[in-house]
Amino acid sequence: MSGAEPVPAVAAPVRPGAGPWRQAATRILRNRSAMTAGAGLFLIALVCLLAPVYAGSIAHTDPFVSNISGTTVVGGQEVQVLQQSTEGLGLGVTPIGPTGDPGHYLLGADNQGRDVMARLLYGGRNSLLIGVSSALLCCALATVLGVVAGYFGGWIDAVLSRFFDVIWAFPVYLLAICLSVVLLTSGLHLGPVHIDAGSLALPIVIIALIYVPYVARPLRGQVMALRGKEFLHAAVGLGASDLRIMRREVLPNILPTVVVFLPLMTALNMLTESALSFLSVGVQSPDASWGTIINDGLALLYTRPMITIAAGLFVALTAVALNVFGDGVRDALDPNARLRGGA
Amino acid sequence: MKRNLPIAAGAALLALSVSACSGASSPAGPAGSAGTAGASQASSAGFQEQHKGGTLRLQAKSGDGTLDPHINYSNGNWQIFQAMYDGLLAFKKVGGEASYDLVPDLAEAMPQVSPDGRSYTFTLRKGVKFAGGGEVTADDVVASFERIYKVSGPTSGTFYAGIVGAAACVKKPKECTLDKGVVADKAKNTITINLVEPDSEFPLKLALPHAAVLPKDTPDKDQGTKPIGGTGPYTAVSYDPNKELKLVRNPHFTEWSREAQPQGYPDEIVYSYGLTAEAAVTAVQNGQADWVFDPLPADRLSEIGTKYASQAHVNQLSAFWYLPLNTNLAPFDKPEARQALNWAIDRQAVVKMFGGANVAQPACTLLPPGIPGHADFCDFPQPDLAKAKDLVQQSGTAGQEVAVVVSDDEVSKQIGEYVRSTLEQIGYQAKLKVISTNIHFTYIQNDKNKVQASVSQWYADYPAASDFLHVLLSCASFRSGSDSSINISGYCDKDIDARMAEAMTLDRTDKNAANAKWGEIDRDLTKASPIIPLFTPKQVDFVSSRVGNYQFHKQFFMLVSQLWVK
Repeated sequence: MSGAEPVPAVAAPVRPGAGPWRQAATRILRNRSAMTAGAGLFLIALVCLLAPVYAGSIAHTDPFVSNISGTTVVGGQEVQVLQQSTEGLGLGVTPIGPTGDPGHYLLGADNQGRDVMARLLYGGRNSLLIGVSSALLCCALATVLGVVAGYFGGWIDAVLSRFFDVIWAFPVYLLAICLSVVLLTSGLHLGPVHIDAGSLALPIVIIALIYVPYVARPLRGQVMALRGKEFLHAAVGLGASDLRIMRREVLPNILPTVVVFLPLMTALNMLTESALSFLSVGVQSPDASWGTIINDGLALLYTRPMITIAAGLFVALTAVALNVFGDGVRDALDPNARLRGGA
Repeated sequence: MKRNLPIAAGAALLALSVSACSGASSPAGPAGSAGTAGASQASSAGFQEQHKGGTLRLQAKSGDGTLDPHINYSNGNWQIFQAMYDGLLAFKKVGGEASYDLVPDLAEAMPQVSPDGRSYTFTLRKGVKFAGGGEVTADDVVASFERIYKVSGPTSGTFYAGIVGAAACVKKPKECTLDKGVVADKAKNTITINLVEPDSEFPLKLALPHAAVLPKDTPDKDQGTKPIGGTGPYTAVSYDPNKELKLVRNPHFTEWSREAQPQGYPDEIVYSYGLTAEAAVTAVQNGQADWVFDPLPADRLSEIGTKYASQAHVNQLSAFWYLPLNTNLAPFDKPEARQALNWAIDRQAVVKMFGGANVAQPACTLLPPGIPGHADFCDFPQPDLAKAKDLVQQSGTAGQEVAVVVSDDEVSKQIGEYVRSTLEQIGYQAKLKVISTNIHFTYIQNDKNKVQASVSQWYADYPAASDFLHVLLSCASFRSGSDSSINISGYCDKDIDARMAEAMTLDRTDKNAANAKWGEIDRDLTKASPIIPLFTPKQVDFVSSRVGNYQFHKQFFMLVSQLWVK
């Protein structure tokens, strides 16, 4: 995405006198691209939320239990879910491919004989959960740090900025992999915080932490720009405490930026989660995510590419939808803001 | 010997070698385990001059560590060492059943054994030269045996611990002298090896690369990537574990025994590293490489077995995959809990994960078929989840947490996931812990890491029951706090230990009775279930269309030097 000029819909007139949030809502509702992406996201989230219904009532399968010796029905005939090659030397076993029948392995089976479609839906729940949760956590942490650094300046800003620099100095994925490898062995035990090694909270925390500087930096800059504004001087003159000024004066002014960041960070975090899970350092078995499913499918790329393709499509569609929707939110909240690309 | 790779090259057993092609149909000559037949054709015909020459191109993802034969303990390098080094004895270098036969190599004849079984006297062959040009002497033999300890070879404290003086050498390697253990008589050109106790398996151990005879001036430290000139038909000229190992003909080699060390066919053997198994398979298909060392990717097996059937060779291995269960940690400190898992595991399902019935066989016993002492019994024949659940309840361990620790190769992950799922089904809260293959084997051996269950493999060092049962499950094999405690289960039963000692003693006088005893021990250990056998694997070798004279050696796998590419 580049910092393209605002789309025409954004420039459309809004009801005079309406509050900024209402104006933003009106703008985004008039943005067809954003609304289409939003609808797509809603649909993806909905079908993923309905995973238990699909698995239990339609596919009649438990996507977390191996079914290696199981059978299913294709075209009225009972067949093995994992089929032994019978040609030539009879080497290799191949899982059943897509049947087109939602009741019997719609998208086929994986190496464990599990229903790929059911796993995709369950995996989507985790991917979205991690994407959204880590984006919220990341933005929350970044907001606090960005506001504090920008508002106080001086040595506090210097310390926090160097902290951002240190994190920023590492390639994102390398840092995430290092943290994951260490924490996946023993879990995270930091003061009162205890997260088990296999917990979903672990990738959420790791991904949130590595992206904090990416959000906190622009927020800090924005707060620094606000420091010279009259309304802040007025608040100081009226004797407001630093905490009150940050909460009541600064925060509302940077909140639109944070809101703009949310969908974009969700997309980025979801992609990071998929990459980490693909590398076996993200979501851990028995949980699944789109990344783990792509990893599972890698071993079957030649014979059953649909596993990888389907999971990859879900990731791509969701990421594109989040980005388009995020752009819409950005345009709606601040048509002049250029948060990414050629800003 | 542990091997990290799923479809492995291990020592093999039954002559049951399924051939991809018949020798007659192969354009490049006799091949396969069909190669077995083909091999005898080639062998009986002697060296076939018309096939001499060319470069054999082998592929592997990476090098297999040091090139020092006294130190390296990997199947990959042991295979290639067969063309580079010799010991006093050798396994006959032919395909099929006969490959387990011992023949004199640098010794003129099989040793004279003293009546008490403690002394082995060899007469050294004359005229054999190292790649550097020096002739092999008794001094080289003595120095080589001392070097096993001086470099702290991985088997110095086990295989060769019975040599007189070895105990002191193990304690103080740098000061090692075996003046009473390995005695040279230069006048008679003989070597006498004296043992503390009789060891019926000692001749087998002399045929392994760790007992290779090297020039006496070889430095007493790991030579790493620096090639050591041996007596075999090939010698290494360069080795970079990330790039390439290049072997050329040993200019001083003359064939002294076709059975022990036959002349090789290719002029050069180039082992290239760096390609993934997927890419290497494609290279072989395209004729850009001649063989792939790494396990063939599961999703390529079907294609290889159909489109390239004439280039594939399937051979039974003397190995097994198994689940070590920690007998000192809950829940598997309870025999019922271990037996429950033994009842719950569907071995046919695990075989499917490895590539199917033509690539592996379900294992009921700890001793693979073909290993002396193997008995045909199957006390846990079919999965019985109801019985397993009952046993879990009886053990009082239902609901406990269990972590299954597996390495990150595809087959181990799949098996681990299946075991996790099975444990859940019989009443445990199970999770899977995947760790790097590089550290997995040492990690699961150390009891301080509190590994409850894992997936591992064992490939025979040599064909003996003790190499499985005594090594994997004797009290002596368990060392608390050590990364090198091959008794991963931490199982120790003094009664079983005593019976294993009896069987080893009996082996010197009555092999049949010893084998029967090993069979009984196997059965009792299977019942106790400290480890759960899963399957015995087969080796699938995929060679290029130009390769001929494929022979599968049961101990050291495909005979690299005997392949011809012309």
